[in-house]
Amino acid sequence: MGTNEGGLLDKQFQKAKQQAEQQKYQQMVQSVKPKQTWLKNAIAAFMVGGAITAFAQVIQNILQAVGLAQKEAGTTTLVIMIFLGAFFTGLGIYDNLGKFAGAGSIVPITGFANSIVSPALEYKREGFVYGVAAKMFTIAGPVLVYGFLISVIIGLIAFFFQ
Amino acid sequence: MSILLAFLIGGTLCLIGQLIMDLTPFNVTPGHVLVGYVTIGAVISAIGLYQPLIDVGGAGATIPLSGFGHTLAQGVLQAVKTKGLLGAFGGGIEATSVGIAAAVVFGYVMAVIFSPQG
Repeated sequence: MGTNEGGLLDKQFQKAKQQAEQQKYQQMVQSVKPKQTWLKNAIAAFMVGGAITAFAQVIQNILQAVGLAQKEAGTTTLVIMIFLGAFFTGLGIYDNLGKFAGAGSIVPITGFANSIVSPALEYKREGFVYGVAAKMFTIAGPVLVYGFLISVIIGLIAFFFQ
Repeated sequence: MSILLAFLIGGTLCLIGQLIMDLTPFNVTPGHVLVGYVTIGAVISAIGLYQPLIDVGGAGATIPLSGFGHTLAQGVLQAVKTKGLLGAFGGGIEATSVGIAAAVVFGYVMAVIFSPQG
């Protein structure tokens, strides 16, 4: 019986020691991990976001070279980028890019197109009204709501104070 | 040269978004980033600070969602001058109508012709 109790105490001691070590290890992991991820994410976002906007600039330069005025070339580039964002989301490529690039694929207008197509595809089986058409605006809806709000607020301020 | 500048400005705008997502204590999702960029972009544009960024960065400043906010703000400011109070309501939406229609139409078409992955 004495030996049993001794064994039990020993087991508890071992368990406590193990937990303490695990905690120490977790603390160490926590202190090292976030720094590395944020730096890696930041570089990926910069590179991918830069590449997307540089590609858009190439399109815009070509459009201007074939004779479009700067404003029309800019708008046409925007439409082309929206098309490409939606198309590559449909192919399933853009969401994989997003896992790696984070904000690099969210912030450009292609990310806005992605935020429309991605939930629309996901909820397609719920039908073309409550599935596709409704879910398209899961993220685009808030963007338009706050976009229109701030636009009208700016307009009213300009109207009354100028 | 314009391509390199677009890369640098566009990359930097995306980098800021990523740092906000990773380094602030709030739970910032892609939706918050998009809403924030449009709203803050519109405000910065209204006080005249976004156009210089476009003059330097071109598509690097117009393609990020803050450029969408810029189009909203400049559209409404122009419309207030020509149409008054009605312009204050319609101007921003008129200026961005091409982009919004393109996003809705292309988004719908792609969602219809493709199947969900996995």
